[in-house]
Amino acid sequence: MPALHDYLIVAAILFAIGAVGVLTRRNAIVIFMCIELMLNAVNLTFVAFSRYLGNIDGEIFVLFVMTVAACEAAVGLALMIAFYKNRESIDVEELNLMKW
Amino acid sequence: MFDNVWLIPLFPLLGFLINGLLGKVIRNERVIGGIGSLALFASFVLSCVTLGNLILLPAGDRVHNVTLFTWISAGTFRADAAFLIDPLSCVMLMVVTGVGFLIHIYSIGYMKGEEGFYRFFAYMNLFSFAMLLLVMGNNLLLMFVGWEGVGLCSYLLIGYYFHKKSACDAGKKAFVMNRVGDFGFLLGIFTLYWYLGQSHGIWTIQFTELAGLADILPTGGVVTIITLFFFLGATGKSAQIPLLTWLPDAMEGPTPVSALIHAATMVTAGVYMIARMNFLFVRAPETMLTVALVGGATALFAATIGTAQNDIKRVLAYSTVSQLGYMFLAMGVGAFSAGIFHLVTHAFFKACLFLGSGAVIHSMQHALHHAHSPADPQDMRNMGGLKARMPRTYWTFFIATVAIAGIPPFAGFFSKDEILWQAFANPLHGNLNYLLWGLGALAACLTAFYMFRLLFMTFHGDCRITSEAMEHLQESPKVIVYPLIVLAFMSAIGGFIGMPRVFGAANLFARFLDPVFSFSAEYMKGSQAVEAHSPILEWGLMGASVGMAAIGIAIASTMYIRNKSLPGRFVAAFPLIYRAVFNKWYLDEIYDFLIVNPCKATARFLWKGFDVVVVDGLVDSTATLIMGASRLLKNTQTGYVYNYALSMAIGVVVIFVLYIFR
Repeated sequence: MPALHDYLIVAAILFAIGAVGVLTRRNAIVIFMCIELMLNAVNLTFVAFSRYLGNIDGEIFVLFVMTVAACEAAVGLALMIAFYKNRESIDVEELNLMKW
Repeated sequence: MFDNVWLIPLFPLLGFLINGLLGKVIRNERVIGGIGSLALFASFVLSCVTLGNLILLPAGDRVHNVTLFTWISAGTFRADAAFLIDPLSCVMLMVVTGVGFLIHIYSIGYMKGEEGFYRFFAYMNLFSFAMLLLVMGNNLLLMFVGWEGVGLCSYLLIGYYFHKKSACDAGKKAFVMNRVGDFGFLLGIFTLYWYLGQSHGIWTIQFTELAGLADILPTGGVVTIITLFFFLGATGKSAQIPLLTWLPDAMEGPTPVSALIHAATMVTAGVYMIARMNFLFVRAPETMLTVALVGGATALFAATIGTAQNDIKRVLAYSTVSQLGYMFLAMGVGAFSAGIFHLVTHAFFKACLFLGSGAVIHSMQHALHHAHSPADPQDMRNMGGLKARMPRTYWTFFIATVAIAGIPPFAGFFSKDEILWQAFANPLHGNLNYLLWGLGALAACLTAFYMFRLLFMTFHGDCRITSEAMEHLQESPKVIVYPLIVLAFMSAIGGFIGMPRVFGAANLFARFLDPVFSFSAEYMKGSQAVEAHSPILEWGLMGASVGMAAIGIAIASTMYIRNKSLPGRFVAAFPLIYRAVFNKWYLDEIYDFLIVNPCKATARFLWKGFDVVVVDGLVDSTATLIMGASRLLKNTQTGYVYNYALSMAIGVVVIFVLYIFR
């Protein structure tokens, strides 16, 4: 059976990949996907700990995280649709007005 | 008994307020002039009453302090708004209010039609108020308030024709030079107060208290320093060497101003101050010598310059400086009452001379205006033969000229002769008194010369302006001529109150002022051998001074009446001396070189080198620094969302790291 640290390392790698993706990618949809990846990495961590500690709290929290992830994805996609209606593009390099 | 003396300075103050604030509204010149003159008249009447009351008191009881209210009381320092009524202040009161009143009346006629008529009278009343504070104040601080006040009014009145640059410059020059003197005066007050407090535990600046302390003061040392400071103040106010160049320039002001401020009253403040502090000065022989030498030297110096001037008012201005030199000479040899006596007689004849010259200038302006001539109405080379056209002005001017030349029995003779006699006979300065007498006698000869030169050039001989202008030359109106008559009368008979004992008369004036100078008289008698009192010597010196005056008059009449080519030949024979004397021995140029230009250079350096570079640099560099910092920091606000996301991620990492490694 894989030990706890194996799960944690996988989750950390997934989290790092997701973080780099958020900071580097230009397409807004891909950024959302990376955010989902980060959230899922966190889910994996919670479940691993829950199994390891014999506690069910971790799994309950995963349900919360999944709910939040779903809502946040919905809101984010709505934002992107509004943005697309304005600019005809979902390139985040065009989000450059937050300086005044 | 003297409770109402505070009204004496109050009337001019009220006149100033009414004329100053409401003068523009009351456009009637008679009313404005009337208010101004009435204020002075009321003060004059009150001064006469005060003098009368004082005379009625026995001789030993003639010093009174009348306190109005406590002005400053801070710890040991106390200065009251209080007035000192004693013989000296009464004499000064009479001079200031009497002569002032006559000059105000004269000004109603002289300043007729001027645009700033109300301003003139307002300032004249303010001046009278300040001068009265000066002479009546019973402590050094109140006297200093008056001192500064008269300096201010002098500036305001010299620059009365403020559209003329030369007038504004002259006003500034007068004020700045006065200020230099005032600095000395202040240092004197501070040193005296501090010294008395530190060494004797007595903290006072009140005159009667200081006079009471006179015997515990040491001789020389600190007292010399204090008195030298006071004398510096006196040289500034009374235009002695080295601070004398402002007075001739002050002739830019209207003639009544020259008469009141720069002949009769303000410039005598220095003399009055030394008389007030006589007990201090006798204790400092070095200062007395300085005062006498400066006075004598100034008398001679100014007299030489006066002989070559062509502007009628300049001659009179240098004459004033010269006569003030006589007063300081008197103070310096310990003849305090003689100095004050000369102050009084000088007020009469100098005011008469200035007012007379004003009448001449007024008529000349009128005549030249009608003839459309651009000639200078004040230049004596344009005058001549005015005797026939302005007889009353001529006769009053003649009487005043004879008085200033020192011909008996007019006023100037008694006062000037008393000073010369005291300078010769008083052993206070050892053998230097002969030098002092010599300076005074020579100056007397020159005085007679240039005054009669002025008289002859202006009133005698042929008229040098066009005959068309001559048609319009006429005698001045009554309001101008009557004060002249009164002043001429006083110049004629004013000397009799001070007739010396040699004539067999009791010297009423000196006796009246005895209580003020009693300490000094006793001190001088005690410390020196008693002066020679031989009547023959006195008669001899009297004859000598009259003789010097006669020589001066004779030379003047030869050069300006009998042989008119002589002045030209004299100038041609001694061009260098003439040029030096005409250009006031280049004193202004010397001051420019030594003092004014270095000051300007320092100021320019402080402006361009310090203010612009350092101060502005500091402020500018602070701004530049902040701009540079902001230019750096603005790179964090790019507007790109992914940059902000990166900074959020970095923030998380930093907090995490800090948390782990704490």
